[in-house]
Amino acid sequence: VTRDTPTIEEFGRKLRTRAISAVEITDECLKRIDADNGQLNAFILVMSDDARQQARDADRELSEGRDRGPLHGVPVSIKDLFDIRGTATSAASRVREGHIADRDAAAIAHLRRAGAILIGKTNLHEFALGTTNEDSAFGPARNPHDLTRSPGGSSGGSAASLAAGMALAALGTDTGGSIRIPAAACGTVGLKPTYGELSADGVVPLSRALDHVGPLTRGVADSWLVYRALLGDHAPRRLSAAPAAGLRLTVPRRYFCDVLDQDVRARFDASVDALRTAGARLDDTDIAHAEHIAPIYLHQVLSDAAAYHATMLEAMPDRYTKPVRLRLEMGRYILAEDYVRALAGREVLRREVDRALSGHDALLLPTLPIPAPPIGASTVRVGPTDEPVRNLMLRLTQLFNLTGHPALSLPCGRTSTGLPCGLQLVGARMQTEELLRVAMTIERTLG
Amino acid sequence: MTIEAWLRAAIADAEERGVPELRSLLEGLAQSTRALRRADFNDDARGAAERRP
Repeated sequence: VTRDTPTIEEFGRKLRTRAISAVEITDECLKRIDADNGQLNAFILVMSDDARQQARDADRELSEGRDRGPLHGVPVSIKDLFDIRGTATSAASRVREGHIADRDAAAIAHLRRAGAILIGKTNLHEFALGTTNEDSAFGPARNPHDLTRSPGGSSGGSAASLAAGMALAALGTDTGGSIRIPAAACGTVGLKPTYGELSADGVVPLSRALDHVGPLTRGVADSWLVYRALLGDHAPRRLSAAPAAGLRLTVPRRYFCDVLDQDVRARFDASVDALRTAGARLDDTDIAHAEHIAPIYLHQVLSDAAAYHATMLEAMPDRYTKPVRLRLEMGRYILAEDYVRALAGREVLRREVDRALSGHDALLLPTLPIPAPPIGASTVRVGPTDEPVRNLMLRLTQLFNLTGHPALSLPCGRTSTGLPCGLQLVGARMQTEELLRVAMTIERTLG
Repeated sequence: MTIEAWLRAAIADAEERGVPELRSLLEGLAQSTRALRRADFNDDARGAAERRP
């Protein structure tokens, strides 16, 4: 049930020549939600009436000469972890029953000021603690490319809504890969900016030390537009691609390319070849403590999440889905001394990623080592062994939540069965704009 | 606290709290903690901080 929509740029051109209106594009998205959400379960809340009113307002403003910028009249779906004033922020959990947000999250306020249409709130892995979207009080979201498969997570509904043409962009959060993983699984672009760049105020936390806010879009140019709007810049200059010749990229081979599905490896290798042919310089690098990424991540994220959830785990444990409850409970047993070790490890990893990036424009690696996994699978076969899905899904992304570097996933082809594969780019800290410029070049080079 | 002692106490507590399903997760966490404690970046009262990579 994948469907094309115009990009934000294409829509903007048509909107300003009156070839289309905000009401028309909003109606088109709502029609697709109506037709396909029953199968995809991408939305928890469809805000039809509000969205139509916002669209009418957007058209009226434009006719009066008030243009709010590139997101004016653009339907955007919102992960149901962000507060939207007057609606429930469910976090896909029964724990949040009865919640009504009394104000907008900072990101939502920025989107409103930019003229975006908030079309609805999307499904996610409960409290963002998972990468498949299977554990949700509202049932699993499904992948538009294959309904038997996960859209990834935790922002699975956001990615699915975008790939199914139910919105022109989506808003997600990323604590271990939760924007980039579903972007790769659903064939979209997903951006996690540098840690702290975009406000997470008004977002239900998983780990405040690792949570990032960011956009999912159909292309890199759109990602730039939403990213700038989320920074409060509603009239961004046009992003220009860097020349492919002379691009300096480096691939962390050991650990990151050790466990890859055969099709994913083929697509990654083909991307590397295409970039080299286009004149990019590619070399290899090493993250010396890569084997420690998962333990460091686990000790930090579970401790942080357990602290946030401890009261509700005591008060209403049965309102959590069982797998999420158990993982949260596990976090309550982590000792302070081990948490401190994890914090020390983060600093080591941060320096190693900084060093790997020295003299390079970006790190280049796959986003997901496997295509979107079947819903319900706890393991998948990679080469000769069965690997736990959870470990695989986080394996290539969680490092950059620990280190805070900006990272982006963009499509790089499909498997033999038609499932999308993602290419991950990682830039220097506080250089998100440069990362997007490199990503635009690579997007064009790979076609 | 050694990892073995920690694991025994954690499993006993989980069972007492009526969450025996935690056992296998805690065993997995113990492996992860073991790996974390073995890492060469950990401080050491003998002065290993100077060896920190």
